[in-house]
Amino acid sequence: MAYTEEELKKELETKEYEYGFYTDIESDTFPKGLNEEIVIAISKKKEEPEWMTSWRLEAFRAWKEMIEPEWANIHYKKPDFQDISYYSAPNKKPKYDSLDEVDPELLDTFKRLGISLDEQKKLAGVAVDIVMDSVSVATTFKKTLAEKGIIFCSISEAIKEHPELVKKHLGTVVPQKDNFYAALNSAVFSDGSFCYIPKGVRCPMELSTYFRINQAGTGQFERTLVVADEGSYVSYLEGCTAPSRDENQLHAAVVELIALDNAEIKYSTVQNWFPGDKEGKGGVYNFVTKRGLCEKNAKISWTQVETGSAITWKYPSCVLKGDNSIGEFYSIAVTNNFQQADTGTKMVHLGKNTKSTIISKGISAGKSQNSYRGLVQVNSRAKNARNFSQCDSLLMGNDCGAHTFPYIEVKNKTAQIEHEATTSKIGEDQIFYCNQRGIETEKAIALIVNGFSKEVLNKLPMEFAVEAQKLLEISLEGSVG
Amino acid sequence: MLKVNNLHAGVEGNEILNGINLEINPGEVHAIMGPNGSGKSTLASVIAGKEEFEITEGGIEFDGEDLEETSPEERAHKGIFLSFQYPVEIPGVSVTNFMKTAINESRKARGLEDMPANQMLKLIREKSELLEIDRKFLSRSLNEGFSGGEKKRNEIFQMAMLEPKLAILDETDSGLDIDALRIVANGVNKLRSKDNAILVITHYQRLLEYIVPDFVHVLHEGKIVKSGTKELALELEEKGYDWIKNESVV
Repeated sequence: MAYTEEELKKELETKEYEYGFYTDIESDTFPKGLNEEIVIAISKKKEEPEWMTSWRLEAFRAWKEMIEPEWANIHYKKPDFQDISYYSAPNKKPKYDSLDEVDPELLDTFKRLGISLDEQKKLAGVAVDIVMDSVSVATTFKKTLAEKGIIFCSISEAIKEHPELVKKHLGTVVPQKDNFYAALNSAVFSDGSFCYIPKGVRCPMELSTYFRINQAGTGQFERTLVVADEGSYVSYLEGCTAPSRDENQLHAAVVELIALDNAEIKYSTVQNWFPGDKEGKGGVYNFVTKRGLCEKNAKISWTQVETGSAITWKYPSCVLKGDNSIGEFYSIAVTNNFQQADTGTKMVHLGKNTKSTIISKGISAGKSQNSYRGLVQVNSRAKNARNFSQCDSLLMGNDCGAHTFPYIEVKNKTAQIEHEATTSKIGEDQIFYCNQRGIETEKAIALIVNGFSKEVLNKLPMEFAVEAQKLLEISLEGSVG
Repeated sequence: MLKVNNLHAGVEGNEILNGINLEINPGEVHAIMGPNGSGKSTLASVIAGKEEFEITEGGIEFDGEDLEETSPEERAHKGIFLSFQYPVEIPGVSVTNFMKTAINESRKARGLEDMPANQMLKLIREKSELLEIDRKFLSRSLNEGFSGGEKKRNEIFQMAMLEPKLAILDETDSGLDIDALRIVANGVNKLRSKDNAILVITHYQRLLEYIVPDFVHVLHEGKIVKSGTKELALELEEKGYDWIKNESVV
């Protein structure tokens, strides 16, 4: 039977009816609550193919059966998942007409981070002139990438333009049912980034979400997929040192990295979400699942500087599947005031001669709680696996806490595992010594903290490292009375 | 330059200094000697402004200004330098980075821009040669894993970099072998001028053979019980501190 255009149109109409969305779908923000209809509507709004819709639905059905995890060393009021709106169209209208209307405290922070006026406008949501530098930068940038065959776009765009790649890799490292927040993200992810580096290509520049200017606000459920084909290399920067004052309290992102044979991915993050005020009110809940898969001789490095969020729940991990593959995790987590962070990594050694390195630096101040949680797992077939872990904690004042929860599971006798941990406190003697040399207390703390974090800061790309240093300084301001 | 007037100070109600009077003029080198627990290091800390010590009576003037309300870093900016008896470690912060920060903070306090990198390099080269310091040493974390001698030499290197008006050397000779002592003392001597002053705090006379003082004061139970010229140090060495103790009882 011929399937005419007419019939197709009709069927589509009925389908739409079936989903029960006529008016709401047109609006910019969905009603609160989460059900299958909402999931379908999100997918539809983003003009996704059917396979994507069913993928999301599968995730949603799994999520419904799951329980929010409680094992982390964090205490908070659980969000009411039916009291959240799961889709909000990117706001194209600027929030302010000029910088004069923006919170002066925010501007002051921008200034001290050395952010240019144009960037300040962009970050604060002020209308910007088209003749902004970064536009031309972004254009040149895209051209250079295209010449090398590198794909770098939003995940929504990738689903439409490169469905075969997305379909092949999405959910292969972090399956939909992996955990409560990953399942939620899989069902409702708003947007995110996609990156593909072809075989043997060395990406000539640091890929930064910052340059993806057509996708400013990616929202609270971000999804990132990076695929490095055989023998390729990419360095990817995520986040921004500028304070992000997001109104969404709950953030649940998923990042999947795939490094095929002989490939290398370097993934650096600076996270500076709103941490809540000095009394611990407000602030973002950040529940993130990040995982990378290494094939033969591949290498994945995670480097993160976490200074924001009221609650951080995040364990960037590596599955070292291929023989001789390498996983690295370098982390600085700063908590101040009432912030709580439970963060660390998982290194799963499956292949032979696999190596992993973990360097974690936790800095706690105020009344905050900072936990390192890590798992080093050596599978029975992983001959000659090696791991080195170092977890250092720095305490400031008497009201904060630092905790370390290292888990080690070894099923092969040839494995070599090393774990080192230290806890220290910034001493009055150290501060006085700096004071005596003319360095005021705030600056002294910054100096000591930067020294403490140096091994990790050194792993960041140069420009990012400078910004991250300033950020550490600002995050800890006023933490010693 | 420095005027200490009837200084009484202590920690948590325990009086350690019981009325110290001391005047130091530009170009002078003073030595303070005394047995353990006589309050030598406390005096150094109080002049530098360490907060745990409370001044209960009297005060300190520097260049005619009362220091009571002056923070330790402001005192440093005014030109007071303390070479610590036990320099602290700051892991991950190189000697160079620490010095750069210290110099630029002092410049900032005086309303000056950061020192240009080439000028800083020149200064570092000059001063490290003065103290026979190996360049590699400067890239190491501040005092971390330093030997006793290296720590003290590093203190004097910092003094050379910061060019203070008044340098207080708190037991700089302790933990030094004879070669290191000579290098450190030579460094200090090269930094002497008619505009700056040095206060040497020491337990032994040994250091004073190298850094020759104009005046020697003997501290006992928080008080200066005897003052004199460099010969006093020799006499003290010969007779021991008991001589002073007995004398002050009388």
